[in-house]
Parts: sequence; C-alpha cells; structure tokens
Amino acid sequence: MTAQRAAEPDAVEVSGLMINRGRHRVLTDLSFTLPSGRITGLLGPSGSGKTTLMRAIVGAQRIGGGSVVVLGRAAGHPSLRRRVGYMTQDPSVYPDLTVEANVRYFGAMAGAGRRDAQAAVDAVGLSDLRRRKARDLSGGQFSRVSLACALVARPVLLVLDEPTVGLDPVLRVDLWNRFAALAAEGTTLIISSHVMEEAGRCDSLLLLREGRLLAQLTPQELRRRGATDDLELAFLRLIQAQNAGVAS
Amino acid sequence: MNPAMLVATCGRVLRQLRSDPRSIALILVVPALLLAVVYFLYENETLPPGAPRTFDRVGLMMLAIFPFVVMFLVTSITMLRERTSGTLERLLTTPIHKADLLFGYALAFSLMAALQACVATAIAYWTFDLAIEGSPGLVVMVAVVNAVLGVALGLLCSAFARTEFQAVQFMPVVVVPQILLCGLFVARDDMNEILEAVSGVLPLTYSVDALFEIAGNSEPTAQLWSDIAVIGAVIVAVLLLASLTLRRRTS
Repeated sequence: MTAQRAAEPDAVEVSGLMINRGRHRVLTDLSFTLPSGRITGLLGPSGSGKTTLMRAIVGAQRIGGGSVVVLGRAAGHPSLRRRVGYMTQDPSVYPDLTVEANVRYFGAMAGAGRRDAQAAVDAVGLSDLRRRKARDLSGGQFSRVSLACALVARPVLLVLDEPTVGLDPVLRVDLWNRFAALAAEGTTLIISSHVMEEAGRCDSLLLLREGRLLAQLTPQELRRRGATDDLELAFLRLIQAQNAGVAS
Repeated sequence: MNPAMLVATCGRVLRQLRSDPRSIALILVVPALLLAVVYFLYENETLPPGAPRTFDRVGLMMLAIFPFVVMFLVTSITMLRERTSGTLERLLTTPIHKADLLFGYALAFSLMAALQACVATAIAYWTFDLAIEGSPGLVVMVAVVNAVLGVALGLLCSAFARTEFQAVQFMPVVVVPQILLCGLFVARDDMNEILEAVSGVLPLTYSVDALFEIAGNSEPTAQLWSDIAVIGAVIVAVLLLASLTLRRRTS
C-alpha cells in the first residue's frame, strides 16, 4: 500500500511561492510538495497565510512569484475545476435556499444528481434538516452545508478551510473519520485549522507562521522535535527554537 | 457554455426569489397600482375630439419602464450579495462558464419580468382600456427586452458597489437619466442638441421609440425591429462587460 502510494505523482507542488496583497507580503518563498491520497493539515495562527495559500492552490489567488502545480497542471487551469473542491472559511452558500437546494446547485456544476446530493447531505449529518432554509440553521450547521457543497462534486483534491470550527466534538470526530475514509479512497485533502489537537488526525502537517513555512513534518515528528505529546506546546517550542536560531 | 449549468443557475435564482414572496408580490402588484394612479391623474383631462388620451401614451411607456427599473434593482442587489457572500468566488472555482451564470440570471429575471409585464399589460388593457393600434403581445415583448436590459445593467453595476446601499444609489445614476431623456417627457426633436445626442446613445430611448411604433401601427414596422436590434446589441455589449468583472483569480 505504501509503495503504491509512493509511486503516485504528487498532488500539489509549490515552489518559491510569493504572494503580496497591496504592499504587504502575505506569503514568502514557500516550497513544498504534498503526496496524493493523504490528509495534510495546514496549521498556524490566524493571519499566518493559511487561507491565502489555499486560495492559491485552488487558483483563486493571483500570485506574485513562484509556481503552484496541482495534479500536474498550473493551479487554476480550467481542467482542474472539475477535480478540485474548495470550502471557504466563511460558509459560502445561499442562505435563502434549503440545504438540499444548495447542495444540488453546487452538485449540478459537477454533473452530480439528486442521489449524490443526498449522500453529501447525509455525510455532514444534516439529513433531518435538508428541507430547512440555510439561514435558519445554527453557525455550525451552516458551515456543514458549505462542506456538503464541496463534497458533492467528489473532487480528487479537497481543500477545506477550517471545516470543523464551532462543531460539536462528536460531529468533529465523525467528520475526521469521513476525511480519513476519503483519503483511503485516494482523495487528497488539505485541511486548515488553528486547533492543534486536530493536527494529530493528519498524515502530515504544514506549519505556517507569518507567511513562512516553519516546517513540514508528521505529527509524530512534531511530538519528537518538541519533546512533548502536546502538539500545541510542540508547535510553540518549534517557533522558539527557530527564533533562537535566527537570533544567534 | 453548458445548458445544464445555465438551467441550474436559472432554477436556483428563481428558487431564491420564491423564498421571498413579499418581493414577488411587490414586483407583480406595484406596476398595476401605479398604472391606476396615472389613469386617475389624467381622468378629467379635456381632449380635442379625436386626440389620444395622455394615459394611452404615458401608461404604455410605464409598461416598458417598470420591468427595466425593477429588474435593474433586483439584479444588482442579488448579484452584489453573490459577490460579497463568497458564493461567486466559490462558483468560479467550479466548471461553470461565466456565460452560464450571466445568462442563467438573465433568463430567470426575464421570466419574472414576462410575468410582471403580462399582469401590468392585462390591467392596462382590460381595466383602463388602453387604446393603441398594435398588439399587446408586442408590448409585452418590448417589456421583456427592457427587463433583460435592466438585468444586464444591474449585473454590471453590481461590480462597482461594495454594499447594498451603494448598489441602490446606482439607480439615480443609471436609470433616472434614461427615463428623463427617453422621449417620454419631452419629444427628442424638442430637446437641445446635447441632450438629444445623449438621448441617442441611451438604450431606453429605443424602447420608447419601439413603443411609439407599436402604438401607431397595427402591424410591426421595420423601425420597431431596428429599435429592438439596437437594444439587443446594447444588452450583449453590457453582458460582455459584466463578464469581465467576474474574475476567477483575484488578489
């Protein structure tokens, strides 16, 4: 299984990526590759550039330098629109439509039918609420509608910006199990979070801070390098070690 | 272009409208009420024998101007919401073609406009005895073309507004000058040269001219079709401009 995976081309190759917003530099010289069929956690504090990086990968962000190659094509290539799914951080669904109507509309963009829409609604645990208007839902339910709209297209690469914020712990575990199942089927997932405990569910981590890539490693490596099981603390120690290195 | 995505978009926009029955009621009822106001306003006018009533002229024009104004407003607000809520950015990461999105909008709102025009025209004819030479079907057609013009301009203007408040402020800029200069208040021949020239490049002028053609002739004239062609060309040009404001990649 591992050998087979290793033979697959990388899902995402980023090299020398620079992104500016106005005069402000948001991302500085990012280079990394992400293997197919894995869950990559994108972690870092608010304002570290996670969302900008995700937008660059889905091709919605104008880049200032370097390259982003997704599934063998330049990010944003028209052929990728069928293969890449994106869930934005602020749930982007139509509040005046029902859950079902939202998912079916985004499904229609991918040629998915009623049954696929149903499956996506079930997957995020909103079956009982599928005829409710999105605006009548709670914040967590609302963002799950947005997630279902990304799942319904069955993309090869799924880019999820903070999909589990504000969710009930039971549901959060459910969703992470679903992500693992998708990865086992060969889907590549990039999931951002600022909750370090979720990092443990990822196959590998990209640690971002102030627009720079601090490290790319597995959760095990992070624990080892931070000499603690607490991922939050390990991240902190990594930052401190880096700062000490710069200072000396 | 992909017809399935266009139809899905049209259906989605109509579903959104349906969830707002008050707006639908306003769209359908308000034109009829305003027609009634115009009718009673001119009720007691004294006419020389054989002269047409003012209502036949003004009422007819209102039939075409309502859909233009209403659809401009409805579209610019709906599209602005789409831009600010992130659904537009999300849609543009999917395979949907910009034309599917724009024409989906145009189709949905022109269906609504056709309904509005049918109600208003029926009331003008049956309740207020609107008397013109041409057929009511042609009046409805001009009303729908005007609605599509309103949709196209609304889609374009939504790109230049950041808030719904700003979007509404585009109405005095885009809509009111066209109503003033379209030939309804003062015939174009009686305007000064500058205003007449400006009037000549505003699309609503051609709608009003088309309506005069319908009012004065029992059969559609060549002038009518050429007016419609001019408005059609403006619609296509405005939609093309609007599609340039839909960017898949932003900074």
